Amino acid sequence: MATSTLEMDQDGKVWGGGNRPFGAPYGKLMMWFFLISDALTFSGFLTAYGMIRFKNEMTWPVAEDVFTHFPFLEGDHPLLYVALMTFILIMSSVTMVLAVHAGDHMNKKGVILWMFLTIIGGAIFLGSQAWEWYHFIIGDKGAIELKDQNIVHVVGADGETISFSQLIHGLEEGHASNHGEEFAQEEVFAAFRANESYTLKEPGKAGKTFSRSEALDALNSASAVQGANMRHNEYGKQQFANFFFFITGFHGFHVFSGVVLNFIIFYNVLLGTYERRGHYKMVEKVGLYWHFVDLVWVFVFTFFYLV
Amino acid sequence: MADNHPQGTGWIWKTFWILLIITAVEVALGIIKPGFLLGNLFGTSILNYIFIILTLVKAYFIVAFFMHLKYEKTSFNWTIYLPALILIPYLTFIVLTEGSYMFG
Repeated sequence: MATSTLEMDQDGKVWGGGNRPFGAPYGKLMMWFFLISDALTFSGFLTAYGMIRFKNEMTWPVAEDVFTHFPFLEGDHPLLYVALMTFILIMSSVTMVLAVHAGDHMNKKGVILWMFLTIIGGAIFLGSQAWEWYHFIIGDKGAIELKDQNIVHVVGADGETISFSQLIHGLEEGHASNHGEEFAQEEVFAAFRANESYTLKEPGKAGKTFSRSEALDALNSASAVQGANMRHNEYGKQQFANFFFFITGFHGFHVFSGVVLNFIIFYNVLLGTYERRGHYKMVEKVGLYWHFVDLVWVFVFTFFYLV
Repeated sequence: MADNHPQGTGWIWKTFWILLIITAVEVALGIIKPGFLLGNLFGTSILNYIFIILTLVKAYFIVAFFMHLKYEKTSFNWTIYLPALILIPYLTFIVLTEGSYMFG
């Protein structure tokens, strides 16, 4: 399709219809307009996140202390897992462009291959996100929730965070992560009281450390928290968990919708619908949506995990 | 599709490598957190500015190449870019400014 034929008609009949000022099909333009509105929705979420975080800057959980797990590896591996998720999403974006490219050349086999790989990539990303949510929800080290709903962690004399597992089973026997093991509150409190060198510390880059007597005092009206949900969050400020569930959840739902849309188009490609129609414009339109999902993730990655 | 559309798939892989390298640099900086980049500049660290700039560069490559916007008409380009470039910084400015009056 040459653009020159889509320009204003030679007779100057601007209002006679048939003009295509953007030189793009209707559906593609509408997809773009939808994506702009969606971009504004996400920027609303992320600026709200930024504002709340900015207000709680000193005790806001540090992402590297929260997202430290990597499958089959023990110990702390901050950022690696989200980096992998980012790679998966960029890769599936590449296969999507390749599918669009194959569609432009009416290469049905190419479209089938690349769309199939895109769907697989999307599914792997969703699985990764489920894995990350699972670990976020069951919790890592456990925490104490004070009367004023502030979260504090148990720390040793050197300032290292002590997990409930280490607190109760001892530093040698226990794990740095609770691995889903649940501990009774009395047990946690008794172990804390028994060990003179332990105290409490607020999370974040400038969280204050309690003196031993302050800590024992605070413990009288506190509760033990493990894991994170919409009401309690062992990692720190409650809003952190709420924003995490909301923003990554909303993004994950976009990915899910993208996979479903991709699958519908993929199925139509298999049936030969676009071969008969004479063009693969539908692949390009779902492609736009799929790249947008990648685009949003780039921002979520930065503002949730890096900054 | 415009006539100046690139041929072949080389440009796709080039974009991929650019995105991958930027992401790798971001992750490396995020893990190492070099001390000289942690200095404060207008309320946040220099490192954070680097992260945000790199993110915008990545966003440009996704929108311009993967989403093809670079090869659309100029009027189409502005239709997409302008609302985002006006409204998102505006929203950010309003929320962060008004937000600084919260709790005091």
